[in-house]
Amino acid sequence: MIDYVPIGLQLVAAVVLAGALLGLSTWLGNPRNSRTDLSPYECGVDPIEPAGKRYTVRFYMVAMLFILFDIEAAFLYPWATIFRDLGPRGLFEMAVFIGVLLVGFLYCWRRGALDWD
Amino acid sequence: MEGPYIAPDPPRFVVDRLNGRFPGSVLDVAEFRGEITVVVAKDALLDVTLFLRDDPETAFDMLTVVTGTHYLDRDYDYEVLYHLYSLPKNHRLRLKVRLREGDTVSSVTPVWPGANWPEREARASSGPSMRPVPAEGEDYLHGETMVVNMGPSHPSTHGVLRLVLTLDGEVVKAVQPHVGYLHRGMEKIAEGMTYNQFVPYTDRLDYLAPLSNNVGFILAVEKLLGITVPARAQVIRVMGCEIARISAHLLWLGTGALDLGAATVFFHTFRERETLYNIIEALTGTRMTTSYTRVGGLARDLPPGWTEQVRAFLGTFPAALDELDALLTRNTIWMKRTQGIGRISARDAIALGLTGPNLRGTGVAYDVRRTEPYSGYETYEFDVPVGATGDAYDRYLVRLEEMRQSVKILDQALRRLPDGPISVDDPKITLPKKERVLTSMEELIEQFMIVTEGIKGPVGEVYHAIEAPKGELGFYIKSEGDKSPYRLQIRSPSFINLQAIETMAVGGLLSDLIAVVASLDPVMGEVDR
Amino acid sequence: MDPDIARVLVESAVKIALFFFILLTVVAYMTLVERRVSAWIQDRQGPNRVGPLGLLQPLADGIKFLFKEEVTPPHVYRPVYLLAPMLIFVPALVTFSVIPIGPALELFGQRVRLQIADVDNGVLVILAFASMGVYGIALAGWSSSNKYSLMGALRSSAQLISYELAMGLSIVGVLMAAGSLRLNDIVQHQIEHGWNLIWQLPGFLIFLTAAFAETNRLPFDLPEAETELVAGYHTEYSGMRFSMFYMAEYANMVTASALAVTLYCGGYHVPGLHLLRLPEPAAALVQVLAFGLKVGFFLFLYVWVRWTLPRFRYDQLMNLGWKVLLPVAVLHILWVSFLVLMNWT
Repeated sequence: MIDYVPIGLQLVAAVVLAGALLGLSTWLGNPRNSRTDLSPYECGVDPIEPAGKRYTVRFYMVAMLFILFDIEAAFLYPWATIFRDLGPRGLFEMAVFIGVLLVGFLYCWRRGALDWD
Repeated sequence: MEGPYIAPDPPRFVVDRLNGRFPGSVLDVAEFRGEITVVVAKDALLDVTLFLRDDPETAFDMLTVVTGTHYLDRDYDYEVLYHLYSLPKNHRLRLKVRLREGDTVSSVTPVWPGANWPEREARASSGPSMRPVPAEGEDYLHGETMVVNMGPSHPSTHGVLRLVLTLDGEVVKAVQPHVGYLHRGMEKIAEGMTYNQFVPYTDRLDYLAPLSNNVGFILAVEKLLGITVPARAQVIRVMGCEIARISAHLLWLGTGALDLGAATVFFHTFRERETLYNIIEALTGTRMTTSYTRVGGLARDLPPGWTEQVRAFLGTFPAALDELDALLTRNTIWMKRTQGIGRISARDAIALGLTGPNLRGTGVAYDVRRTEPYSGYETYEFDVPVGATGDAYDRYLVRLEEMRQSVKILDQALRRLPDGPISVDDPKITLPKKERVLTSMEELIEQFMIVTEGIKGPVGEVYHAIEAPKGELGFYIKSEGDKSPYRLQIRSPSFINLQAIETMAVGGLLSDLIAVVASLDPVMGEVDR
Repeated sequence: MDPDIARVLVESAVKIALFFFILLTVVAYMTLVERRVSAWIQDRQGPNRVGPLGLLQPLADGIKFLFKEEVTPPHVYRPVYLLAPMLIFVPALVTFSVIPIGPALELFGQRVRLQIADVDNGVLVILAFASMGVYGIALAGWSSSNKYSLMGALRSSAQLISYELAMGLSIVGVLMAAGSLRLNDIVQHQIEHGWNLIWQLPGFLIFLTAAFAETNRLPFDLPEAETELVAGYHTEYSGMRFSMFYMAEYANMVTASALAVTLYCGGYHVPGLHLLRLPEPAAALVQVLAFGLKVGFFLFLYVWVRWTLPRFRYDQLMNLGWKVLLPVAVLHILWVSFLVLMNWT
């Protein structure tokens, strides 16, 4: 695990750097905060309705599909690293796994889950 | 060419047909400078317009513009004017109804959907009421839709256009345009000015093509006065119009591409525009507010070396245009973003009153330079490019080709540029030379009269249209014999064209809306006036 | 303290300090390069007034950002709004840590790796940190309580995760060939068997496309598509907080370029260098420079593409990701399995 220590160290350093930059600019930047500064930007007029409303479900569909297929990728990684040792049998096993997922993928495609309009 | 204005024959048979079909409805007929005006009873308006549109002999398929005029000293208070045009027959008619205060008249939107905005404008500016009030959009404020303001302060609404969008995710469910942020009341201002004084105001209409607006307005005044300017002035005016067209189309191309993310095109077009602006500056002394035309001619003659300047531009510009062409025309992303986007059929386009490249993109070869030539356009050789499907890509191709045609016209104009005077020789219209003013009594008086009294037009009304870069730019002048118009109505192409935004954008994606606005090419200075 | 840990700490501290200095300088100068190159493409001058050739422009920009007014509008959800720039900036700085920029060499009597952390799960570390970025963007847009921000954030999240998928699958081929997740092994494999670019061209192209999308660069810059969404998810941000989004974008570009070089273009490998029989430090220097040049090429490509192409539409972008790149990436895995089984790579 000692290999990972530098990453942790860099993480800390990055947080410190980001914090320093933000802090410095809060200290140096001179907020005047006029009324127009503070109003939400909506092309120069007052917003018609608040932004925090329900939103179309399509974006969430993408997120759901992503989770499904990202798991596929996660399974592929360890398999890929030892693929040389597994040989043709490993390929067959993975082909079955991916094949099942592909059927699901085609189903989504046909049902229009990947379409936008 | 110089001399009196030669009027074409008006479609007099229309009056007979109307009399035959609607006896008693035609209250009055007037003819002036080849234009025919028919006053109809207000209750018959809807039937008459429907007949005029559908009758194959009259075939008035396009409503050009609606004007409301307010009178104080007549037995009626308002006149509502409908300027009609027939694409298949290429003739025009002015229809009038007269209203008392409190009267209402039917809206003609059922006949021409494009009457929507012009009628609203007439109502807002002059007071006559039309009913029924055009239906407001369906209420979409429910479910997962979101109402967003796009504009007036948005990077790609080309000025202060405000669109209230109802979005379902990325899909545009409704568009409600709001215009008027740039309203200056130009048409009202004109009523207190001499004709020459109003020329600077026209610079600020389509401020991307001021030279062309100058020409458009002054041609209407000259039609009213019944004069035609000398050949040299005509050729220079044509050159001004075509330079303005190239410059305006270049700006459209640059900003349109920028809206779709291709920023480089923008800078390349601006490099070319810079050359054009140098040419315009040499010609008029300013880059944007040109005010170059005067009643009866031009403000000044060409400066020395100007033709060489234009010739040099014509030498380099086609190559630069080819470069832009190569960047976009076959670019897959560009094609994906514009082909099939903002599609409108020729039928809908005509009904909405679209003109210019927006109409020609649908395949209708309507170009005022061809149908009702002015300033000698009939003697130039040029093509009127048309599209096929009426989508954003077609409008793009049409404008691109129009620039090439403008180069052709400029080239011909340079070759034929005659020597001679640049203004009509009429002491009541043209200012005398300054040396003469200072040495001769007569010229001093003439100068004094024109400057203080202005140029008095005859009693009458005229409508004159030119093919501006954005479409048919028309000026309706109602003169009561004074130095200023009694009523001026500007038929600005952008205003009418912008009506198509709902037809084009609803049902598409938000990104398509951007492509639609860009391809419609509205200029807010002209929309709001 | 364990002397081993102490040694690691000291060594890493030095490397991290050096690395931050280099990365931030590269990021700062990328902004200048972007502006100068775009100016060159667009036939104009670009910033050339601050210092010779405009070389001090990034410094001036940095100072300007420090002194800019920080607006925190009252309508935002404050804790998340303030956290979001950090969430996007920090991972952007950390991702690079596992990428080797040169071979190991003897320095001050120590064997020093030219890499901050040589871990056995290098590829996973990169993907893990890279996918952190989406949180910053999504939360920035959501907490801003602004419709344009919200739309930008949603677009962005959907885009990032879609292309992450294609990117993840395209990398599988590299892993199969190298048989390891350690980036040094991947580079070593390429040194021995030739660059992956040659055998795995489809994978490389998918990776490159996905990298453009992951960094929100044109033609995939929809989340902040200026002409549509004004500024997208950072519409309500100003001053240093805004510039953090900006710096993160450029840092991500650098990392993505370095990753493309490492995975497909042989990393720091210079073909035929061993024939010259250079002393070890000199050879290492040449290789580090070569790495820098390769990364520079990809950075230039980013700029070049941005100022040449128009932008995709949202559904076209999603279609490309799901209906083209994803299936092709799966086929590519099949192709690589074939290569590996035949022992061609």
